[in-house]
Amino acid sequence: MRPGKQKALGETILAPSQPAIEAKNVTKQFQSPGADVFKALDNVSVSIRENEFFTLLGPSGCGKTTLLRLIAGFDFPTEGEILLHGQDIAPLPPYKRPVNTVFQSYALFPHMTVAQNIGFGLEMLGKPKAQIEQQVASMLRLVRMEDLAKRKTSQISGGQQQRVALARALAPQPKVLLLDEPLSALDYKLRKDMQIELKRLQTETGITFIFVTHDQEEALTMSDRIAVMSKGKILQIGTPHEIYDRPAERFVANFIGETNFLPANIISSRNGVAKVTLDSGATLSAGLPEGFMPTGKVTVVVRPEHADLVPANDKATITGVLSNIVYFGTDTHYHIRLKDGGEFVLRHQNTRTGEPEAKIGARVGVKFDNDAAQVLRD
Amino acid sequence: MVELSKATAVALAAEKATITRNRWLSFPAVAIIIVFGILPLLIIIVYSFLKAAPYGGVEWRFSTNAYVSFLFQKDIFDDTLQFSPNYLIIYFRTFLYAVATTVVCLLLGFPTAYFMATRPPSQRNIWVLLITIPFWSNLLVRTLAVMLVIRDQGLINNTLMALHLIDKPITMLYTNFAIMLGLLYSFLPFMVLPLYSSLEKLDFRLVEAGHDLYASKRQVLWRVIVPLSMPGIVAGCLLVFIPALGAYVTPLILGGGRHLMIGDLIAQQFGTGRNWPLGSAQALILMAAVLVALYFYSRPGVKQGTHG
Amino acid sequence: MAKAAPPLDIKAQTGFRTVAYLCLLVLYLPIAVLVIFSFNSGNQIMHWEGFGAGWYGSAFYNQDFHSAAITTMTIAAVATVISTIAATLAAIGMTRTKAWPGMAAAFMIINLPLMVPEIITAVATLSFFALLSTTIGLSFGLGNLILAHTVFCIPFAYMPIKARLEDMDLTLENAAADLYATPWNAFRRITLPLLVPGIASGAALAFIISFDDFTITQLVAGPGQTTLPLYIWTQIRLPLTPEINAISTILLLVSVAFIFMSFWIARERK
Repeated sequence: MRPGKQKALGETILAPSQPAIEAKNVTKQFQSPGADVFKALDNVSVSIRENEFFTLLGPSGCGKTTLLRLIAGFDFPTEGEILLHGQDIAPLPPYKRPVNTVFQSYALFPHMTVAQNIGFGLEMLGKPKAQIEQQVASMLRLVRMEDLAKRKTSQISGGQQQRVALARALAPQPKVLLLDEPLSALDYKLRKDMQIELKRLQTETGITFIFVTHDQEEALTMSDRIAVMSKGKILQIGTPHEIYDRPAERFVANFIGETNFLPANIISSRNGVAKVTLDSGATLSAGLPEGFMPTGKVTVVVRPEHADLVPANDKATITGVLSNIVYFGTDTHYHIRLKDGGEFVLRHQNTRTGEPEAKIGARVGVKFDNDAAQVLRD
Repeated sequence: MVELSKATAVALAAEKATITRNRWLSFPAVAIIIVFGILPLLIIIVYSFLKAAPYGGVEWRFSTNAYVSFLFQKDIFDDTLQFSPNYLIIYFRTFLYAVATTVVCLLLGFPTAYFMATRPPSQRNIWVLLITIPFWSNLLVRTLAVMLVIRDQGLINNTLMALHLIDKPITMLYTNFAIMLGLLYSFLPFMVLPLYSSLEKLDFRLVEAGHDLYASKRQVLWRVIVPLSMPGIVAGCLLVFIPALGAYVTPLILGGGRHLMIGDLIAQQFGTGRNWPLGSAQALILMAAVLVALYFYSRPGVKQGTHG
Repeated sequence: MAKAAPPLDIKAQTGFRTVAYLCLLVLYLPIAVLVIFSFNSGNQIMHWEGFGAGWYGSAFYNQDFHSAAITTMTIAAVATVISTIAATLAAIGMTRTKAWPGMAAAFMIINLPLMVPEIITAVATLSFFALLSTTIGLSFGLGNLILAHTVFCIPFAYMPIKARLEDMDLTLENAAADLYATPWNAFRRITLPLLVPGIASGAALAFIISFDDFTITQLVAGPGQTTLPLYIWTQIRLPLTPEINAISTILLLVSVAFIFMSFWIARERK
């Protein structure tokens, strides 16, 4: 087991002097004869730290899998560099990179047993038999599959196959582990279990995990940092909190969770905070994305749960007509129609202390929490 | 223009190496077929323009005798060329045989393939197996079997005589009937398997839709099922027609030396006929007919089907 | 009470069932007759005198049958080995790979023997070897037949191998490379073992195609080179005895056995 730095729960890894994986201005384009050039990745740069659980998040076609393949070595960048501990590995074939992949389809070798699959990488590296056996045994313990060592891979369940794929990729102790939507084929309960399992493994082994998914919930629960991607570009990189509370782009705000979009006007901006006025006349402060100093009209976002239902008086940030109440068991959504025709959705967690009294059709007010608003880089 | 990454250069070199490797891998198979398959074809093209040697083989002198004698014969009295339709008749008859075989195979094969395709899956496999076995077994043996059934002391005649329905054997062997029967027997599986392949993929919801729109069974057959299985029909017809044109074993065993088809006519020129150039010419004319048929197959508008 | 009409089976067409069974009958009747009469204890080929396996015994001791069988199997074995190796290499070079210049032509060439009628190939091959022997005096003996067979065995071996390759998951080779396998190691440890069923299936097909061939063999064979199909042909010219049924039945059994093998192997690891 590689001695990794144990992370305390919630601790963010400080940036060390050298990142584990760094992509510098990577572009990948495809040119089919007679068709336009298609840019799968457009000038992408990202720096991933040691011992980090880093997630590439985005809808299908955004380029996340392409970037993963470039890091693994199954394809090469048209422009740019891919550095592993400072060295450009882009010209290297996959079998020369100390990087291993867990494939979406698992890609277990069907003519080999579980143990043979797990030991394959070490075998290819020419390790002595005794060492291979020992490492395989330790991997089987790690993923809790000791009694299935001699089974053929076609005879085990999907969840078990997933764990074998994981063990196989971890056995050669790579510097970086790449995971290409490894949980997408599992059913809900198994998926949740595996998410916890993966997180535990990453913390225990200390290996840098680069995880690809389109499931934002998965990304939020497992990652140290997330890179949100769309159409070949990275839109925002940050911790789950930062991504959720302070989305910088419209796409990010939309893709992760639910959001309310409100038009606003900048009054002043300083030190990452802006003073804005809303159409309703209310003035509030809103966070600014890094390096963004807008003037004039902007869009501001507020999460549904960062607001409260209040009577329609001047304490309210905005007012409107309650158009719908939707009950979700754990919370209730209030849909409020605003003066300009837009809609604000407010989420209230149902507690024992009772719900706000409101009738459909009544005039109601919404009060934002402090710090709830965020200006979008539009 | 930004300089392409070093990785691109490495990858392009790797791609080139792969192409070279693939070329070398394909080389043995391609070379064997070119030397021992295509080269011989070129040789008989050349032979068809040479003079026949007296005891078989060729003399290396240019001559168009072979092609001329395809249509004309020298009158032994006045040395003029007279149009002789003998070979043309054989070619034409072969063409008719091939067409007739294709049609009958289609008429018998389509219902069979349809029936097979509409069986439950487990039964279907058995049917496919039963049709496949004759497809792959020795043609000579199968043709011999037909002969045993239809010859004068064969099964049919023996049975009919034993039942006192006839008192003399019916001559079936060495007739056109025998050849037709032989061809049918050889090629029926060649029609059924591609048809089955196509019909198996038929979406029967379309048949349901046809019925839903008040079509009778026969109407659904002609207006829905047949058009949808056209690729399979075309494939089956080609798989029967082309080999039937070149059939050799059937006329050899069931034709009694009367050279009712092109196949054994050509063989005779290389055997007792001792006219290799003529045989080559006849073979090339046959090849031309095959190419014409293949051309029609690959014409746009005729959908390519899967082969059995 | 009126009887309810049977539910409409939309799939059934009238008369098709009859035709199907008729075809089956037509296909198997002659074969059945051939096989049954091989157990005829009498001398006349169609005159049933009683059940006996005597003719199989007579075939067993027939020297000509022996030597024909050995020749047939020799040719088939060598042709199978050569054609299967060539077909395997070609399939690897032309399947699941980016199309290279000339690949379409190579593919057409490999399938050429399937498209040319056998009689044409037969006379062309005969002319070729005759030319070789009269001009340079070069003849390979039995090798002539072996080479001729190899040509048409290649496309038959090629088909199942190509099909198997296409079915294989490309990601497996990626996974192997990811786990430090060089291209050669990936081929040796992953591709090849998984390809074996396809290769075996192709080899079985090639063997039986060579074993059963008559047309090309008859025209290309030199004196003293008799294969089983040729032997049967010579016997047909003579007064027929049930021995020919016995020998024919043996050939049929071999065909059926190899075809079974070929299809069974190909279906095994799906």
